[in-house]
Amino acid sequence: MTTRGRHVKSAAIGGLTAVAALVVVTPLLLVFGFLLYQGAAAVNLDFFTHLPKPVGEVGGGMANAIVGSLILLALAAALGLPLGILGGMYLAESQDRRLPLILRFLADVLNGVPSIVIGIFAYTVLVLPMRRFSALAGGFALAVIMVPIVLRTTEEMLRLVPRTLREAGLGLGLSRWKVAVRVVLPTARAGIVTGVMVSIARVAGETAPLLFTAFGNRFWHGGLDQPIAALPLQIFAYAIAPYDDWHRQAWAGALVLIGLVFVVSLAARVATRGRYSAAR
Amino acid sequence: MADGILVKQLNAWFGVTHVLKDVDLSVTPGGLTAIIGPSGCGKSTFVRCLNRMHEVIPGARATGTVLLEGDDLYAQDPVVIRRRVGMVFQKANPFPTMSVFDNAVAGIRLAGVRNRARLREAAERALRQAALWDEVKDQLGRSGASLSGGQQQRLCIARALAVEPSVLLMDEPCSALDPIATAKIEELMLDLRRHLTIVIVTHNMQQAARVSEWTAFFLMGELIEMGVTKELFTTPRDSRTEAYITGRFG
Repeated sequence: MTTRGRHVKSAAIGGLTAVAALVVVTPLLLVFGFLLYQGAAAVNLDFFTHLPKPVGEVGGGMANAIVGSLILLALAAALGLPLGILGGMYLAESQDRRLPLILRFLADVLNGVPSIVIGIFAYTVLVLPMRRFSALAGGFALAVIMVPIVLRTTEEMLRLVPRTLREAGLGLGLSRWKVAVRVVLPTARAGIVTGVMVSIARVAGETAPLLFTAFGNRFWHGGLDQPIAALPLQIFAYAIAPYDDWHRQAWAGALVLIGLVFVVSLAARVATRGRYSAAR
Repeated sequence: MADGILVKQLNAWFGVTHVLKDVDLSVTPGGLTAIIGPSGCGKSTFVRCLNRMHEVIPGARATGTVLLEGDDLYAQDPVVIRRRVGMVFQKANPFPTMSVFDNAVAGIRLAGVRNRARLREAAERALRQAALWDEVKDQLGRSGASLSGGQQQRLCIARALAVEPSVLLMDEPCSALDPIATAKIEELMLDLRRHLTIVIVTHNMQQAARVSEWTAFFLMGELIEMGVTKELFTTPRDSRTEAYITGRFG
């Protein structure tokens, strides 16, 4: 093959990959652009600071839903992250042959369980005994969705840490768990944070498991054992309502939800950035 | 300070593959012993048995007796063993999330030493011993992974020395380095062997001849011959040793 032929071929392959990448990000850009177009107009200060107005009155905001979603995410993270990360460490470090295989399989199954089923599960174990819908039940349902995602990404990221680093730690006379916590975990931090962010982004938009756990609330919530508003629930309720003003607010809610996920993941990245992030 | 090692009937396996067969060997305290042999002869496995790093690999196991100044290594906690028998690996492996300073004292800090003055002192001593201090003393806070290859390897040596082992195992420590960095490490070995027992695995027979007092030749999992380096290279007793050192195989 001539040099020229090779250049042509190289350019063609390069072009193909660029087109493929473009095709993949296009829907994202379209969704984001459309959201901006539809929702930006309804996002104003009131939207962040006011409660929803009663039917028939124009204006108001989703302040309670924004705060509600943040509380639900915080609850889910507080319950789900320690479990997911510790479990992932177990899967990556365990010397046992059988148990990790079983747990990995179960985590993958749990990952595939429809979120509404997880909602029913939370309803059964928390809402029924407590006899009321609550933020706690909502946070629990979201945590159950988060755990397998965090577990598996943590495991994968820990496995990517070269064996030579583990050996370096063990060779210094450090115990297995010390090497796992002080050497391997920090090395995999960037990847684990990404996994955590993916899981938070995923549950931030979940609506189904909140329907009969957090339930929604048109007012400020009255404690973690009380029903609480959440952005996806509010968006759902407003989007299917017959009022134009509510539709506009639903668009604004969707835009704010995306913005929220973006800000949370940016903040987490900055907060957990290692001193030598270039080492990644 | 420097301890001797006595190995009796050491056998090692990876799964069903028998990689070390009935090895008997003694390492003189305070000397530098080189292990040579062709690839796959079990020399790396052998040194990894001396601090129980062999068994870290899933499916790997070893039997036999290894005595460190009379203490049976296989009857003790491997964590304790590895503080007495340090190790430097083939590829420099500084901890990428730690600074030069933190790397140097990683072994003692993670084992519980908190006192800043003591850590500082230990870092300087270890880095001086590893002949790295003058090059890094003004940039102890920079990432250990940002040093050059040879500096990284000396940092790994410093990290091992900071734990104050009595034996240092070096598994082909120069195989990824250029000749100048290699010369520095060899110089360092000659210096360190005055107060440490060193066992080095090497592919490079000139290196073995330059730095070691004793040489052991391994072939297909067996110890073929061990002797004073000069004698082994000039008048080998075994024809296989002679064939190897004259370059007829391996």
